[in-house]
Amino acid sequence: MIAVDIEKKLKAYNGLQVLRIKKDFLPGDITRITGPSGAGKTTFLKMIAGLIAPDSGIIKTNSVTWFEGAQKINLSPQQRRVGFVFQDYALFPNMTVKEHLEYATSDTEWINRLLHIGGLQTFAGHRPGHLSGGQQQRLAIMRALAIKPKLLLMDEPFSALDLKIKSALIKDLQILFTELGATALIVSHNPQELDGVSRDELEIF
Amino acid sequence: MDLSPIWLTLKLAAITTLILLLIGLPLAWWLSKKRSLVKIIIEAIITMPLVLPPSVLGFYLLLAFSPQHGFGHWLQQTFNVQFVFSFKGLVLASIIYSMPFMISPVKSAFQQLPVSLSQASYTLGKTQWQTFWHVLLPNIKPSLLTAVVLTFAHTLGEFGVVLMIGGNIPGVTRVASIAVYDSVEQRDYAAANNYSLILFAITFVMVLSVFIYNKYQAKSPLE
Repeated sequence: MIAVDIEKKLKAYNGLQVLRIKKDFLPGDITRITGPSGAGKTTFLKMIAGLIAPDSGIIKTNSVTWFEGAQKINLSPQQRRVGFVFQDYALFPNMTVKEHLEYATSDTEWINRLLHIGGLQTFAGHRPGHLSGGQQQRLAIMRALAIKPKLLLMDEPFSALDLKIKSALIKDLQILFTELGATALIVSHNPQELDGVSRDELEIF
Repeated sequence: MDLSPIWLTLKLAAITTLILLLIGLPLAWWLSKKRSLVKIIIEAIITMPLVLPPSVLGFYLLLAFSPQHGFGHWLQQTFNVQFVFSFKGLVLASIIYSMPFMISPVKSAFQQLPVSLSQASYTLGKTQWQTFWHVLLPNIKPSLLTAVVLTFAHTLGEFGVVLMIGGNIPGVTRVASIAVYDSVEQRDYAAANNYSLILFAITFVMVLSVFIYNKYQAKSPLE
């Protein structure tokens, strides 16, 4: 389980606003995160991954404390090892599709499986500049999964995919999540996108 | 014609560029990250040689490293090192003088990379060093090449600083630009012309190569 109870001041168009989130995420659950633009959805995911520090509060998983303001505990992203799909994909322009996955893991069997699920086998030698938007997004998802994370944070991960590819991919991802025992937090603007998949919902406003 | 000033110039430019590459890369990376007042001051100091008359910089270096005065005297007494009127002094002066040409393009290139690239690498469990080596550095290659060539070419053309701290000792500190000046002073225009032509040709070919390389490569892989 991941228990989150944090606070962070955010700059908004009307001055400072405080982002306050208190929620427990159950293991294996997929939670859909919604909320208006600028509410702090991305900041929330980055705080869990250890890329941004909250102002105060606590983030705890089972027995390990990732962040505790009062105790000055703040584990690095490397220690937390959370799979993260960035909204802008954050692909490495110098690496091919396969090199992205090889950078993350040395398990070739796992790499081949991810290439297959992402429909990227024929593009294994291509750099991101030569991929379509949808292919880039699938690569970003596969790279996050390459480290076999127990927690996956996805920021608008299906926005560039057409309906058919999206539903096939979501089905495959569900199987992978179950296999990995992964908990997933998915930011999504599309209300129908995760119907029947996510069991929980968090609204940030 | 005595070619030793040309060789000496090339040697000076090569050593300066290599040392600046080693110092400049981590320094530019550090400067490209979150800004602070200390960083702004350091950056201003690094940029000073761009606007300061070279003779002013050379004069202060001469004062600082003169074996008759404080720091230079201490260096001489303690380590038996003398920078004034030596090749070592030329290297030191060139490093300071050419530093903005290495730091500035590399720092801008690092700043243009989206911060999410480093963040993505960290979430994959990679250290700052692995991220720098495998993700950041390969994606600033064109800017790095520009910085190396500019630093090299700029060092070839140094005059004021080099003259102040190195003087005009044949085979030791008499670089090509000083040889040109010296030849003109002695009314040996043929020699002056030869040195000038060689300098002009080398610099032109280098700058032209960078332009051609940048034309065929995207300026940055992210563009």
